Amino acid sequence: MLAEIGVGSIEELFADIPENVRLRSPLALDSPRAEQEVFEELRVLAGRNVSVENEVSFLGGGMYDHYVPAVVDAITQRSEFLTPYTPYQPEVSQGTLQAMFEYQTAICELTGMPVANASVYEGPSAVAAAGYVAKLDNSRSRFAVSRGVHPHAREALATLARAWGMEVVEVPLSDGVTAPPELDSDTSALVVQQPNFLGAVEDLDALAASARETGALTICSCDPIALGILKPPGECGVDLAVGEGQPLGGRLDFGGPSFGFFASTEALLRRLPGRIAGETRDQDGWRGFVLTLQTREQHIRRERATSNICTAQALNALGGVIYLSWLGRGGIGELSELLVRRTAYARERLAEIDGVSLANTQPVVREFAVTLKAPVAGVIERCAERGINPGYPLGRDYPELEDGLLVALTERRTRSDIDRLAEVLGAAIAAGREVAESRA
Amino acid sequence: MRAQQPRRWFTEAADDELTIFERSQTGRSAFVAPEAGVPERSLDELLPAHLRRAQAPRLPEVSEPELVRHYNRLSKRNFDVDTGFYPLGSCTMKHNPKLHERVAALDGHARLHPLQNPHRAQGALELMWRLQRALGEIAGLPFVSLQPSAGSHGELAGVLLTRAYHEDRGERRLKVLTPDTAHGTNPATVTMAGCEVVKIGTDSDGNVDVEDLRAKATDEVACLMLTNPSTLGLFEPHIEEIAEIVHGVGAMLYYDGANLNAIMGICRPGDMGFDIVHFNLHKSFTQPHGGGGPGAGPIAVSDRIEPFLPRPAVVRRAPKGNGSEAFYDLDYDRPKSIGRLRGFQGNYGVFVRSYAYIRSLGAAGLREVSETAVLNANYLLARLKREGVAEYLPVAYDRLCMHEFVLSGSPMKRELQIRTLDLAKRLLDHGVHPPTVYFPLIVDEALLVEPTETETKETLDRFADVVAKVLKEARDNPEIAREAPYTTPVRRLDEAGAARRPVVRQRF
Amino acid sequence: MAQASYPADLLYHSEHDWARIEGDEATFGITWYAQDALGEVVYFDVPKVGATVSRGEAYAEVESVKAVSDVYAPLSGEIVTVNDGLADQPEVINEDPYGNGWLVKVKLSDPAEKDALMDAAAYEASLT
Repeated sequence: MLAEIGVGSIEELFADIPENVRLRSPLALDSPRAEQEVFEELRVLAGRNVSVENEVSFLGGGMYDHYVPAVVDAITQRSEFLTPYTPYQPEVSQGTLQAMFEYQTAICELTGMPVANASVYEGPSAVAAAGYVAKLDNSRSRFAVSRGVHPHAREALATLARAWGMEVVEVPLSDGVTAPPELDSDTSALVVQQPNFLGAVEDLDALAASARETGALTICSCDPIALGILKPPGECGVDLAVGEGQPLGGRLDFGGPSFGFFASTEALLRRLPGRIAGETRDQDGWRGFVLTLQTREQHIRRERATSNICTAQALNALGGVIYLSWLGRGGIGELSELLVRRTAYARERLAEIDGVSLANTQPVVREFAVTLKAPVAGVIERCAERGINPGYPLGRDYPELEDGLLVALTERRTRSDIDRLAEVLGAAIAAGREVAESRA
Repeated sequence: MRAQQPRRWFTEAADDELTIFERSQTGRSAFVAPEAGVPERSLDELLPAHLRRAQAPRLPEVSEPELVRHYNRLSKRNFDVDTGFYPLGSCTMKHNPKLHERVAALDGHARLHPLQNPHRAQGALELMWRLQRALGEIAGLPFVSLQPSAGSHGELAGVLLTRAYHEDRGERRLKVLTPDTAHGTNPATVTMAGCEVVKIGTDSDGNVDVEDLRAKATDEVACLMLTNPSTLGLFEPHIEEIAEIVHGVGAMLYYDGANLNAIMGICRPGDMGFDIVHFNLHKSFTQPHGGGGPGAGPIAVSDRIEPFLPRPAVVRRAPKGNGSEAFYDLDYDRPKSIGRLRGFQGNYGVFVRSYAYIRSLGAAGLREVSETAVLNANYLLARLKREGVAEYLPVAYDRLCMHEFVLSGSPMKRELQIRTLDLAKRLLDHGVHPPTVYFPLIVDEALLVEPTETETKETLDRFADVVAKVLKEARDNPEIAREAPYTTPVRRLDEAGAARRPVVRQRF
Repeated sequence: MAQASYPADLLYHSEHDWARIEGDEATFGITWYAQDALGEVVYFDVPKVGATVSRGEAYAEVESVKAVSDVYAPLSGEIVTVNDGLADQPEVINEDPYGNGWLVKVKLSDPAEKDALMDAAAYEASLT
């Protein structure tokens, strides 16, 4: 090979690299390992994590321990879906492109919006990306963001809003839901979440109407499973419906990779970020699919693009459409109704416990907030010792909910799991109060 | 009247692939809901009707066998790198080791909730910490954040970091320099970060025009974003001078790591003077491309940029004595941080795979990866310089390349009346994925070729022969390539129609 | 439109835009050269009636599948009419760039600006 190139050694191929910057010794990394050894190391590391298989978990907050059917992996692990690149040559990428089109359709149906893209990275950055669409659309100077929006989404939006020279104003919660917002002609968008971070169902119609009065857009981040039973944002006057896609057949994976879904009104179609698959015909008249409206994107519009997104989350979105097809038209309603019922039961059982108060009594779908009369960190530790993870401690994100706990349900949490939670949590709180009293 | 489709043995009678919605039949389903198991309550009491949807979403209604068959058949309409040669320049389509899927699927990794208490996620946090160290070593910059979700997300972090750095010093710098060869994500990122793009020219050797840089490097410049090797596959021999000029006006030097595959173990961006580096874990570090994601875009930075890194940081807290172990944690106490760019900690599943890769290869293996990538690219280039090819597809810059190279189809267009696009479509009929077309923008009728290190000499030889064959065929009859492809599941698609009257969802 | 053409009754701007002046109003569009370089036009974002345009500045964009191009105003004024039909049929810009492919009609604010424009012969010469 060297002879064909016309050099004497591999060294010569790197002649352009100045001597001064060359490494004079190997990288300080370990020596190569056999596959078996690498597997062992990764297995040991896995063993030091307490997963949802090791404890009964009521953790939520955007990602949920749903049952993922075997078909999802069976398809997404196929080489033909796992190892191609972004479909730049559509003639040999119809699998990926058609799956994207089917996914976009499913997201439109779920959200009630007319158009959707082929996915963005995940939930919180989807909210930030939606903020960018609003900014490009109306050039106004401020976002009004409900305190009920996921703390990570609020932070991601704030990071970018600062870069755009835009202000972020918080809309407070009142009895667990977004208070009537005070907007004006400087408001670019009102940002809300459905259900909100504390699990409560918001009055989206009223919120979107107040935004519309001042000409602001409404951005709604939604739980896709809850949309199986809730009135979809598209029917409530929302302009941009986005959200975290992990609950749709995704792994927990300690937070990623997952996908963000992103849907909008027809008017905003040409401002959408990310990839979009479109239907068309080939030269022989057969139906086919292509990446379309590419002039929005970075590789053509460069500094005037609607976003800088290049890599999407194609494989995770594929998992999403397979999951939604597995649930089906009837299934998603059945699943979300099941969650409403089990969540109501869990809420009742916990409210009965001495030392537990409901943070509010708003309607919920699959998650709710409580406050405890004992330090929440200690309570969680005692529950962990008994194999239960009772939920997410809210104190850091919502200091007003002292010793607050966010409890989430999925279909994997049975009645007996809930009963056990009530028992263990009750005991843990009692022990925690004893400790506090004995110290007082 | 539809042209006859070539028969493929597993194709059913109807060649037109139905969508999953078109396969639906009312009442079919794959899902069976478990029993609620809790006392019966009126749904209206729990969730008032006005909050509920009136109509179910029109999702498909199929059984499991149909679901499986539909997506299996769809998969067979894809070309992928497990199946064939995929020399897509700038994308690094290397083999994805199968071990990675096995380790990523271990329950302890795949089923770990992101909000799990750090005490009960020590394996994950340690893995992230070790990956950070390894990436920092490869980059030659000590401080790493794994948070960004993709290369362009890492670029966004990088530009925000340089803004924060300058603001902290009381300076408002909003200009970012990018070469005209830059990947589109660079200028798009600059705008998203609230800055202004200033373009730098490329000289006739394919290097950054240093004099143009000198003229445009002012104290209004926040940073220069550079890919090295460049998107032309060429190493910047003047990198030290470039670093001096940029640092001389107090600006930062940003490294777009898309082309890291050429230099691992050979040189490091940190040693060249770069202050911030982003990695594309889905390029050099084998996260499978998945048809367009997921990926990850971690960044490595120098100590003066460290305080501004995204929150939270993964840290290792020293043992507290008396036999206790070091504790890996998420550190939120970062007052100068630019904040969050996304939820939770980043694409952990991608970290597991990349970590496994780095552990498998070690220092020696990574160096071999880059040496072989550069060898393979130069060999393929040499094969394509032979007669029958070189006169139609000359290399844009006649010098040794790194891990990829650019050819220009300009002479081919003139002499043979076929364009780079037509060549690419005809290559599809030969069972290879074409190289990247029409990028970088500064080369006319560009063809960007990146073979990667996991291809054999035989594959490279076969590709060169196929290119020669297509050109020869075009000399005799250019019409064939202009109407290609013939053997793919669909032929050329009407992209103009798709853009004029977009149909982005199934109409019912 | 298959053959290059540059009607003699129009005036031309170096950024490949034409103007047809009628009294104190002018119609603008893009030239054959511009639509040919762009390829099949897929989208024209119709500007708003009442918007001000300035000579030599971009006032709209034309998109093909793979490119976006700014459209420049040959003369200054206020937009009085827009070609709404292009929203549904942008390809008319390719087929009839000087007729049905017109983009906007403008009430001129400074008709003397026309002296800075090229005639058909000068514009065509500038293309080589």
